[in-house]
Amino acid sequence: MNFRIFKDKLIANAMLILSISSVSFVFLIGIGLYLRAAPLFEEHTLFSLFSGSNWAPSKNQFGFYPFIMGTLSVTLIAIVVALPLCLLTAIYLAEYAKSGVRKVMLPLMNILAGIPPVIYGVWGIFFVVPIVREYVAPQFTEYSSGYTVFTGGVVLAVMIFPILVSIVSEVLSTIPKELKDASLSLGATKWETIKKVVLKRALPGIVAATVLAVSRAFGETIAVLMVCGNVPVAPSSVFDGGYPLPALIANNFGEMMSIPLYDSALMFAALLLFVIIFLFNLISRIILNRIEHKYSA
Amino acid sequence: MTQHPLIRVRDLNVHIDGQHILKNINISIPDKSVTSIIGPSGCGKTTLLKTFNRLLDDTANVTVSGSVLVDDEDIYAPHAEVTHIRKKMGLLSQRPYPLPMSIYDNVAYGPRIHGIRDKSTLDSIVEKQLKDTGLWDEVKERLHGPANKLSIGQQQRLCLARGLAVQPEIILGDESTSALDPVSTHTIEDLFVRLKEQYTIVLVTHILRQARRISDYIIFVYMGEIVEFGPTEEVLLHPKEELTRQYVKGFIS
Repeated sequence: MNFRIFKDKLIANAMLILSISSVSFVFLIGIGLYLRAAPLFEEHTLFSLFSGSNWAPSKNQFGFYPFIMGTLSVTLIAIVVALPLCLLTAIYLAEYAKSGVRKVMLPLMNILAGIPPVIYGVWGIFFVVPIVREYVAPQFTEYSSGYTVFTGGVVLAVMIFPILVSIVSEVLSTIPKELKDASLSLGATKWETIKKVVLKRALPGIVAATVLAVSRAFGETIAVLMVCGNVPVAPSSVFDGGYPLPALIANNFGEMMSIPLYDSALMFAALLLFVIIFLFNLISRIILNRIEHKYSA
Repeated sequence: MTQHPLIRVRDLNVHIDGQHILKNINISIPDKSVTSIIGPSGCGKTTLLKTFNRLLDDTANVTVSGSVLVDDEDIYAPHAEVTHIRKKMGLLSQRPYPLPMSIYDNVAYGPRIHGIRDKSTLDSIVEKQLKDTGLWDEVKERLHGPANKLSIGQQQRLCLARGLAVQPEIILGDESTSALDPVSTHTIEDLFVRLKEQYTIVLVTHILRQARRISDYIIFVYMGEIVEFGPTEEVLLHPKEELTRQYVKGFIS
């Protein structure tokens, strides 16, 4: 065989093998987590693990409900805070800002994305926690330590802000100028055009960007762990402390040797996180397909 | 030429990124007829067309001086309201760009923006415009289906219907048939000829045969300047200028 053709085939196959193995990691991790968590299922039903509110490893009580709620509430707050602000920022950058402004803002945004999470955590402790304790929480509740799921959500919102803004503004800039011109030439204002045409056309991209940001938010550990209180009780208001799954794992891994099943419980926490993210991605993929099917150009 | 032209351009100069794209344009476009702007690529045809509805406003680094009078109103005057100006003109671009919504909503988009909410009024506008553009029988069963599922020729007619729905006085076409197959092109051309009874139509085209088929007047633009303007037959068969003659014969393109 010709050597050049051989090389071509070799490269193609090598890349195929690499792709397959990287995808198979998803399954390997899933299976690995399941096997390590399995001992927990011998003593506890899945239902009791999900619905139980008590977390006392020394008494063999493993209720994951508080952690699931902790994870979901911090992530939900983050996305509710971040999404509208990100959309407006991205619209401004893509549609209104002069190119000079854009050239300064986007790189700055990327720097924001490159700051290590632990620094966001420290910033959260010294800046966001006191503000929440002194000014925000007192408007709604009698006492709050400032270490709350709300604080965690705000810190997380700032962390996902840069990726959301840069992806969404990228998506907006792919909308053809002629489409906007079509709306403008009918006498629509710029804002009407953005609201009724640009955002509608960009919807699949915005959903995809949000999915990416939420997936990131689910897994974010250290910054959230530093500011959200880490109390193993399901938060009843946003100004209560919470304890998300990644924080549970990070805080306790290593000190679990003495208690039977603790190891399995933490692995189960990891598996839960894995499944939540997996399901979330699956559902959003389905939604995305529907939207794209409806307005594919 | 009619006594009172709808569009009058006076001393128009356009610079984009420091380049002098349109130079001292002076022209009066005859009412209720088809006027074609012809000329080689990059000569400023499309820019000239876009100055009529101020679509250049959103392009960076553009300066426009001079005046364009539509209905005796200078659209570049400081107090001129751009949405009001654009409402007077329907634009048909090179390729059809249906809005990301249903066929019905595409046509109803303009009227809705200008404040029409009444369902039966909208229904009748949509029906009338789709009939005028010959689409009604083809789409009446799927008015609420997505517009981008139509064929490209149908999409272009939909875009025309959408533009007509705001009751403009002028139709601007920017090489509106260049993406279409011959049959669709023919349909659009026929529409233009039929619509000139009610509208003033200005088309940019680089197809001489098309200009000859449908236009009453021709503007020949070369390197940002108007070289010749006159009735179609005159410009194409008996050009006054040497440049026009060369272009019409195909020596320059």
